[in-house]
Parts: sequence; C-alpha cells; structure tokens
Amino acid sequence: MKKIAIYLMCGPGTPELAEAAVEGGADIIELGFPFSDPLADGPVIRRAGERALAEGMRTAPCLECLAATRRNLEAPLIPMTYASLLEAYGYERFAADAADAGATSLIVADLPVDAEPGLRRVQLVAPTSTDDRIALAAQRTDGWLYLVTVTGTTGAREGISSALGGLIERTRRLTELPLYAGFGISTPEQAAAAAEVADGVVVGSRAVEIATDGPAALRDYVSSLREAVDSVSAVSS
Amino acid sequence: MSAPGRTFGEYGGRYVPETLIPALDELELGWREALADPAFRDELEALGRDYGGRPTPLTLAERFAPGKRVYLKREDLLHTGAHKLNNALGQAVLARRLGKRRIVAETGAGQHGVASATVCARFGFDCVVYMGSEDMRRQAPNVERMGLLGAEVRPVEFGTKTLKEATSEAIRDWITNVETTHYLIGSCVGPAPYPKIVGELQAVIGREAREQILASEGRLPEVAVACVGGGSNAIGLFAGFLDDSSVRLVGVEAAGAASLGTGRAGVLHGSRSSLLADEDGQVLDAHSISAGLDYPGVGPEHAFLRDTGRAEYVGAGDEEALAAFRRLAETEGIIPALEASHALAKALEFDEELILVCLSGRGDKDLAEVLSR
Repeated sequence: MKKIAIYLMCGPGTPELAEAAVEGGADIIELGFPFSDPLADGPVIRRAGERALAEGMRTAPCLECLAATRRNLEAPLIPMTYASLLEAYGYERFAADAADAGATSLIVADLPVDAEPGLRRVQLVAPTSTDDRIALAAQRTDGWLYLVTVTGTTGAREGISSALGGLIERTRRLTELPLYAGFGISTPEQAAAAAEVADGVVVGSRAVEIATDGPAALRDYVSSLREAVDSVSAVSS
Repeated sequence: MSAPGRTFGEYGGRYVPETLIPALDELELGWREALADPAFRDELEALGRDYGGRPTPLTLAERFAPGKRVYLKREDLLHTGAHKLNNALGQAVLARRLGKRRIVAETGAGQHGVASATVCARFGFDCVVYMGSEDMRRQAPNVERMGLLGAEVRPVEFGTKTLKEATSEAIRDWITNVETTHYLIGSCVGPAPYPKIVGELQAVIGREAREQILASEGRLPEVAVACVGGGSNAIGLFAGFLDDSSVRLVGVEAAGAASLGTGRAGVLHGSRSSLLADEDGQVLDAHSISAGLDYPGVGPEHAFLRDTGRAEYVGAGDEEALAAFRRLAETEGIIPALEASHALAKALEFDEELILVCLSGRGDKDLAEVLSR
C-alpha cells in the first residue's frame, strides 16, 4: 500500500487536525516547526510559519504540540524544520527531546546529508543530486528517502514534475528503501500520478491551506488523496 | 565539530536545501579553475582598470582629522559608486565561464542591485534583482537606475520587506532556476564557497591600499577600519593586512545591527555565523539608518576573525554616522555613503595616528535620508 504523509504547521489546533488527517487516511504526519527565514518553502508554508511564530510557536511550544498530538495518535510523527532551531537548541538535545515528545524521526530542510552526520533524520534528495549523494543519503537516512520532485520550493504546481520519473529511476538503482515524493503535489490526480512511480507522497502546502477550514475539511481532502492513491495501488499490486 | 564545508573555523558551511548542493560544487570547481587560469585574472584586472576605474585613489583627509593622518581608500570613485562592482564584475566573468546567462541578485539599499544590473548590461545577461518593497520605497532612485540598465526589479512583500527577505527570495529563485541561473550574492555571506569568492574579489581593496599607503608613508597603517553589514568591503580591506600583525583591524557595525557585537551563533542564508537571533534561533530584525548595514547576519569570516581576536568589532549609532557624514562633506568635499560614515565616525576616536579607512561608497543615494533629519 502506498503511503500518504501530510504536513501541518504546529499550532493550537494541530493535534485535532492531525487526528482528522489520519482518519482521512494519512499514514504519516509531518509537523512544521516554523523558522523566520525558511529557504525551502513557498508562499503558503511561509505565511503559515509567519502566523505560527506570531502566535508564539517557538521550539518549546512546538515540542508540546508534538507531545499533545502523540497522545491520541499512533501514526509516525516527524518534525520538519530548519537548522537554525537546532543550532540554538542543540542538535543532540533537540533529537532527544523530540523523541521524548513522541517524534518518530526528523526532517531538516537545510541540512544536507554531509552536514551533522550524527543527527538521525529523513534525508532529502533532489533532481539535481548526483548518484554519489543519493547513495550517501540512502545510507544515512532514517527509514525512507524524501524525493524532492522539483527544482524549487514547496507549493502547489500544475501537473506533476517530469523530473520525478528520472529521479525515482536513478534512486531505485541505488537503494531498496521506500521513496516518498513531495514538493508540488496538491491534487488527488497529482498524488495518483506520483504514487504510480513512488512508494508514497508527501502533501504540504495544500494540506496547510485546507487545514485553515478545520478538521472536517482536512479529513475529506485527505480521503480524496487516499482514494486516488489507492486506485493506483490496486492496479499496480 | 567539523562538518564538511565549514570554511572559517566553526563558521561557514552549506546550510541549504539539497537541490543547491551540486550547483555549489560546480561553483567551487569553476572558481578554482578560474583562479588557476591566468586569462581569468587578466580579464578581471582589465575590466577593473578600463571599466571600473581601478586602482581607486588613496586620499589623505587632513581637514577631516586634524593632527592625525587618516587615509581614505576611495571605493566611492569606482564605477557605480561603491565597492560592490569589484564582486559583481568577478562573478559575471565566473558566470560566463559556467555557461550561466541569467543572474539573480538581492539588494538592500540598491548598490549591489545597481552593480549587478550594470555588469549584466555589460555582459548581455538577463538580470533579476529582488528588493524588499520597503527598500524600494526608500531607495526609489536606485530602482530607476536598475530599470534603465535593463534589470527587472521584483518587489518582496514578506516579513520586514527589506534585505533579509530579498536575500531569501533570491535564493528561492536560484533553487527554482538553478540549471540556468547564477546567484550573484552581494556580500561575503551565504553558503560556501560564496564567502570566499566574494572575499577574494574584494581583496583588491586591501592589496591596493597596502601598496598605496606604503608608497605615501613608507609604513603600514596602525589601524585599518571599515564598516560591516554583510562585511564585504571590510573583508576586502582586511585581506591586505591579515598577515601584518602590527595593523589593528577594526570593523564598525551599526549599533542596531550588531551581528558580531551582540549576536549569537546561528544559521541564516546558508551559512553558520554570528547573527541577531533570539534564544530559539529565530532571526531578529536589524535597525539602522543605513540600508546597507540593516542586515541581521554577517559573513562567517568576520565571526572567525572576531573569535580569534585578529579583528575587533565596534558599533556606531545613527547619530554618530550622520555627524561623520556631514563632517566629511564639509571638511573634504566628499559625500560618503551612510554605511562608510560608520567607519569614519570611529576613525576619529582612535588613539593611533596613521589610520586607513575604507570609504566603501558615495553618499548621493543617502541625500534624501540625511536631509530629512
């Protein structure tokens, strides 16, 4: 079965939203710890981050949000953030406290695979990555590889990136790990198209947008993704 | 801790999304090849001389600082009116070697944007400059200049709508268009190898100044002083004297943007350095009358030089800078940029007699700001 990961920005409503996403069929929840200068993010997640910071969602409240989300969920929870937060908090301390609060792993958007090798995390690979770097990322990653489907930042796009097929093909030759595709996937059609070649999809910006309409809207949206992705699984299995 | 790419002790590195790493590798290789190629150095020297106006003069400011010997390294006389051209010319030649014909750049006050637009016009490159909408309002003449030079200025509406956000947005453009685009960063900041590239391209300032002051005075200066925002004119000046342990190196930050004086170690725009950030690593806003110093980060080499003690960093407030601005205009007939006015303000306070100041740019752009006070 293909996996669906849903990204949500940490905030007061996040535990309830995460439950709704899982009810709708999400397998993994990524929890955004906002940073003031998020280089990898497009406008939607950037604005969500600005709002979260304005509401006081600094590292400690985000860890509390993670713990609160964990209380009612068994699904993997993965904080996604930027190196500056870990620099300030301490890399080891951050990893330990996140794990204590219920984190399954960690994603750091601006920490390439050769930086901080001691920090166990899900590694990202991009269409521009060389085979050597993909192999290193596969060796060091925590369970699965996050395939960035586009050269660009997060956010909805038309269609599905033509780079994805080639990246999957190259990566499959180097590792047997599950490959989840993210960046630029927003519609059920795009999710289905990505799931045809990848083992899972990550949906961020569109989920963050819909989350502003509340848990019910998010559950329905994730259900539509689930249905689309499962139709592919049924055909390919 | 010695992560790959840490270039200056604990500082530097490459804290960027994976997408950019191959481009940074390509840039590093291209830069090393260029440095080893005499044709590259020859072309750069010819451009600096015939197009830029190098070497820039060294001027003794006797009326500005009576009883002392204060020399001004006149980067204000370089084409486009600031040291920024040294870097823009060098990176344009590098971009051409890499086969990139689209340039993105960020700008605060507009001086680096103008330098970028200038070299793109000269080389026939497409040029997109990101600029905070607040800075566009404050620095309207430079926006007009960039337009005349054929560049597209894209307003950035996020956050403080100033240099910090413009830099982030330029990097995002680069992430998106990395196959065709060179990011022409304006200061000795950003992921490796940018701080080194910019530092080496600006080192011409210190090289010339050292020769010139030896020719005039027969000795080295006791102090070399420059303003520090991102820190490129200072790193360029210091480069000429790093090995001369008798020369005090002093960087002057804006008091409200003292990344080195009051900052903490953190990560911004791709490198680890000293920056204005809170205890959670969230980057704080800087405040200065001078848009060019209004940046919460600083080049990683400066953080390194501070920690090793080779250079010292002090702050100057808006009022001190304004006073020095007026004093240089009235005593020497030179209108300095507000950025360089911070260095001028401190130059008057040293006990030493022979002082070298980098006059990094001219102040025409600042008239409206100064006259409104």
